[in-house]
Amino acid sequence: MTGHMGDAADQRDQEDEEVRRGQEERLREVWAAPKGWRYWSAVNNTEVGVWYTALSFAFMLFAGVLALIMRAQLAVPENDLVSPSFYDQAFTLHGTAMMFLFAVPIFEAVAIILLPQLLGARDLPFPRLSAFGFWCFLIGGVFVMGSIFFGAAPSSGWFMYPPLTTDETYTPGYGPDIWLLGLSFIEVASLAAAVELIVGTLKCRPPGMRLNLMPLYAWYVLVVAGMILFAFPPLIAGDILFELERMFDWPFFDPSRGGDPILWQHLFWIFGHPEVYIVFLPAIALVAMIVPTFAQRPILGYSWIVLAAVGTGFISFGLWVHHMYTTGLPSISLGFFSAASEAVAIPTGVQIFVFIATLLTGRVIYSVPMLFVSGALANFVIGGLTGVMVALVPFDWQAHDTYFIVAHLHYVLIGGMLFPVAAGVYYYWPLVAGRKLSDRLGRIAFWLMFIGFNVAFLPMHFSGLAGMPRRVWTYPESLGVGTANLISSVGAFIFAAGILVIVWDVLRPRGNEPYAKRNPWNAGTLEWLVEMPGENWGVRSIPVVTSRYPIWEQPHFIEDVDKGRFYLPDAEEMKRETIITSVLDGTPLQCLRVPGPSFMPMVAAIFTGAVFIFTTFHWWAATVVAMVLAAISIMVWLWRGTALIPEKPEKDVGLGLKLPLYKSGPHSVGWWAMFITMMGDATAFLGLIFGYYYFFTIHADFPPPATVGPGVLWPSVAFGLFAVAWATALGSRLSNQAGRVGLARALMAAGAVVALAASAALLWGPYVTGLRPTAHVYPATVWVITIWTAAHGVAGSLMLGYCLARSLAGRMTPEHDIDISNVALYWHFVGFTVIVAVATLAYVPVLT
Amino acid sequence: MRPRISAISALMLPVLSGCKGAQSAFDPAGVESERVLQLFWIMLAGGTAIWAVVIGLSFYASRGKTGPYSDRSGVRLIIWGGCVFPTVVLAGLLYWGLEIMPELRRPGDGPTIAVSGERFWWRVAYAVEGEPGVVRDLPRGGIPSANEIWIPVDKRTEILLSSPDVIHSFWVPSIAGKMDAIPGRVNRLVLEPTETGVFNGACAEYCGTAHALMGFRVVVVPEDEFEAYLEAQAQPAAVTDSPGLELFLQNGCAACHTVRGTPADGDVGPDLTHVASRLSIAAGILPTTVENLAAFIASPDHLKPGVEMPAFGVLPEDQIARIAAWLGTLE
Repeated sequence: MTGHMGDAADQRDQEDEEVRRGQEERLREVWAAPKGWRYWSAVNNTEVGVWYTALSFAFMLFAGVLALIMRAQLAVPENDLVSPSFYDQAFTLHGTAMMFLFAVPIFEAVAIILLPQLLGARDLPFPRLSAFGFWCFLIGGVFVMGSIFFGAAPSSGWFMYPPLTTDETYTPGYGPDIWLLGLSFIEVASLAAAVELIVGTLKCRPPGMRLNLMPLYAWYVLVVAGMILFAFPPLIAGDILFELERMFDWPFFDPSRGGDPILWQHLFWIFGHPEVYIVFLPAIALVAMIVPTFAQRPILGYSWIVLAAVGTGFISFGLWVHHMYTTGLPSISLGFFSAASEAVAIPTGVQIFVFIATLLTGRVIYSVPMLFVSGALANFVIGGLTGVMVALVPFDWQAHDTYFIVAHLHYVLIGGMLFPVAAGVYYYWPLVAGRKLSDRLGRIAFWLMFIGFNVAFLPMHFSGLAGMPRRVWTYPESLGVGTANLISSVGAFIFAAGILVIVWDVLRPRGNEPYAKRNPWNAGTLEWLVEMPGENWGVRSIPVVTSRYPIWEQPHFIEDVDKGRFYLPDAEEMKRETIITSVLDGTPLQCLRVPGPSFMPMVAAIFTGAVFIFTTFHWWAATVVAMVLAAISIMVWLWRGTALIPEKPEKDVGLGLKLPLYKSGPHSVGWWAMFITMMGDATAFLGLIFGYYYFFTIHADFPPPATVGPGVLWPSVAFGLFAVAWATALGSRLSNQAGRVGLARALMAAGAVVALAASAALLWGPYVTGLRPTAHVYPATVWVITIWTAAHGVAGSLMLGYCLARSLAGRMTPEHDIDISNVALYWHFVGFTVIVAVATLAYVPVLT
Repeated sequence: MRPRISAISALMLPVLSGCKGAQSAFDPAGVESERVLQLFWIMLAGGTAIWAVVIGLSFYASRGKTGPYSDRSGVRLIIWGGCVFPTVVLAGLLYWGLEIMPELRRPGDGPTIAVSGERFWWRVAYAVEGEPGVVRDLPRGGIPSANEIWIPVDKRTEILLSSPDVIHSFWVPSIAGKMDAIPGRVNRLVLEPTETGVFNGACAEYCGTAHALMGFRVVVVPEDEFEAYLEAQAQPAAVTDSPGLELFLQNGCAACHTVRGTPADGDVGPDLTHVASRLSIAAGILPTTVENLAAFIASPDHLKPGVEMPAFGVLPEDQIARIAAWLGTLE
């Protein structure tokens, strides 16, 4: 390695300290976060990731306070410390915040901080998208949580079962709307982060890092972001149906008009169960980084744990019905889901045994992170074992919706997620702040948390089976669970004290405590290249990686990186740059110019948030204005910040390697982002289609007899027009590529017009046949699928118009065609959507 | 005034007052709850052993061992401990769990009772010859009651569940697991009690503010007593001429409540024809006494926050007392 390095060193004179100092100054300046009030325009992963993490923790503390209020209320039977209506809001927001504002965002936040470091990249490919996600999260989270101060918070539990939540009679006010719209907004942000993380993992790895050399954390990020991509869209589809029922009385969940409340439960849990693993796997990923470090050896059974993580991800999509064992589904499906629920314990077991085996074959150094890992293991295994119990249908019939489940889920989530996250905080704090946290406070925090947690939650297994249902604001003394509840309440406060110790340890003034030494835990993975305190550039030069633990296994590794002997040791053109590699084997493909600070993500998030918030309160005019402003701000952001044509086609990135500065098509990050986003989009669409076929299955007649559907004529016309628009999108990409710019522009213009006509024709079908969406679930379902498809046509038209403008403005040329190449990809997905929609709405009723 | 209660209920009272375990899966008095409790104890024992081994092993691996083990033995641990062992144990457990399901959901050989979960009480209708006796979404009829279900011991009683408003869940932990009452659907649950006595039930699916106070009683009696009870419940009200009844009708109570044998035929709230024969009022939260009836009429929301019944505290106290007194005679 070092011999090979020699040539590059000669070229760049990396051995000359003066040269290096110049490079460092340039890098520092290029990657510096802005100062003063402009600081909030920063997009660096180090800044955004830290804001994101801090905000998720703040929401966690808020939700924790709500939990303490609930425990105080339940400490004694027949207590009246808080009103039932406050209690209902408290448990709803507690669950909602812990899931949507802490557990998922903390994964994204930590991944945004760690992933570039772990991959030796300077940043993620779309820093502004991360910033956009953060601002969405801030606005949506404050909106949802703030509602409790106005007594207007959602109050029907975090899974919001209709008809309780859809019918204004039972839930007057804005509570459910705040939940639905606030969280839909945050879900969009989560999806944005998932896209960012998937593309980051696949395309921003250092040269040489094949998939099977990736750090385990990156594997878990890939799996979990993939799960978010397929789990959140069904929930978004459910949210759409839900909000249409609540606002416009479209009867998706109303049995008197053909709807079914159980459809929501399916859509919610198709999301909700993978969600549990979306929360759990990233925490296990932290453990997978910590254990090898303190065992001072590479992980034992790398392929086992990777396969187990991937397997868990897949199986987790087949378990959702175990939340619905008491809804009266047929025994045969209960049996299937029971089997799948038991099966998921196997890959989980593999992961745990990989850790134990790694410890067994290593020389273990004990430390605060390891203490939290052990605590996590002890608690999580209890949660896993009770999980095996409740996966058995007959036992679940007893345990379901009782405090036994409350105990089980907290053992899984606190044992499987919060304890590992605490381990991660102690382990990675030096990476973020350059200093270690206190060992002594860490131990105190651990024991308070460990003891408090078990004192609080172990008795709940008993309370539940002794007859205490969940979500009760009080219970009679005669139930005999008073003592158990008092113990639980005491435990909860001890647990909270432990959390406070961590908060204190993190926030306490440091004075002039010295910085930690470099690589303070003697770890083997790339993120520990970071200097103490860290530099904004992330990594001094982007290394060639040939092993899983390069710091341990590649000689002189840190020195070579520090001396800039690898790629991109300089920022000659004063631009932020990182290296893009191929998906499978990490071959360098491109030197990507990464965008720098901008307020546009914040502005776009504010307007997008306004759309959701105004909709909640039915301020329609304001909603439309906000929608237009959001669209404009996103366009401006894209126009000014993406697909920029570089000043030269390629540059020397070091080690004699020249890489292009511009790439389009499947080698580019933008193409992958579009592809992945549209996979999520297609999944949401299939959620709506699932709704159609669900009703088709449960009703003997669907469409109901004597109901006229959208007809065959207009959907067929729309289908033909969409086919033309699709062809023009593809044709304009090909002709632009072939240098026939005039033809390409004509096709874009034609495509934009035809796409609008196609959307109009599609909407015309149900309109002209007079389908009233409030009459029955059939017309409502037809309309929602039609509108979804037509909206995609309109968006496709805007995109073609945007490409035309780019071409006319000289920002898109035959050689630089990212825009049209991504839009053509978008149109393939529109094509798929149209085929499925038209077949379902127009042809299936005719054929059956 | 002493509360009046039927002879059978009087016998039950000691059971009720000392009924700490009357709503507990740890106190089984039904075939299903017995089987499930047995399953639980075995899983608990097995789970505890597995937990101890895993935690012991990890403690040994990190602190106890004298030196590192070979990679080969580590991989062997992953294969046996992480794959083979859980696969075998889970397969066995799954087989067991699936095997007992059909038996627990076998059709009934006893009475059929329709139960409708309604915010925040339970409408009950016993099926009789020619009348399926089911509520709201189902054909109506049968012998109506509320918040109290009598069933014969050692018989498999079918409970048909639905709801006109939101989702509720019917749970009598001492006898069987729970089943949801879902609008637009009719679910089936079989109760097969093995002991006589009074058992408490609760709503297990969050259904609104008064969810925590939506209980009911299940009274398990020998079959002949069950028949006698049904016959008594089928009769019209015991006292149809009383100042209390007049006030009941005058003040609009009849808009929501039925008292068979009187003009009161409201259908919104519980049937009160035999309200005094029931052990509790307000969906299992208060013992049936005249004082409690009066207190509940005056301010139901105080005793049961979120309840749908309006407060009648504006009426003079003596009027409320008379209505309550009359209701107290309706055995």
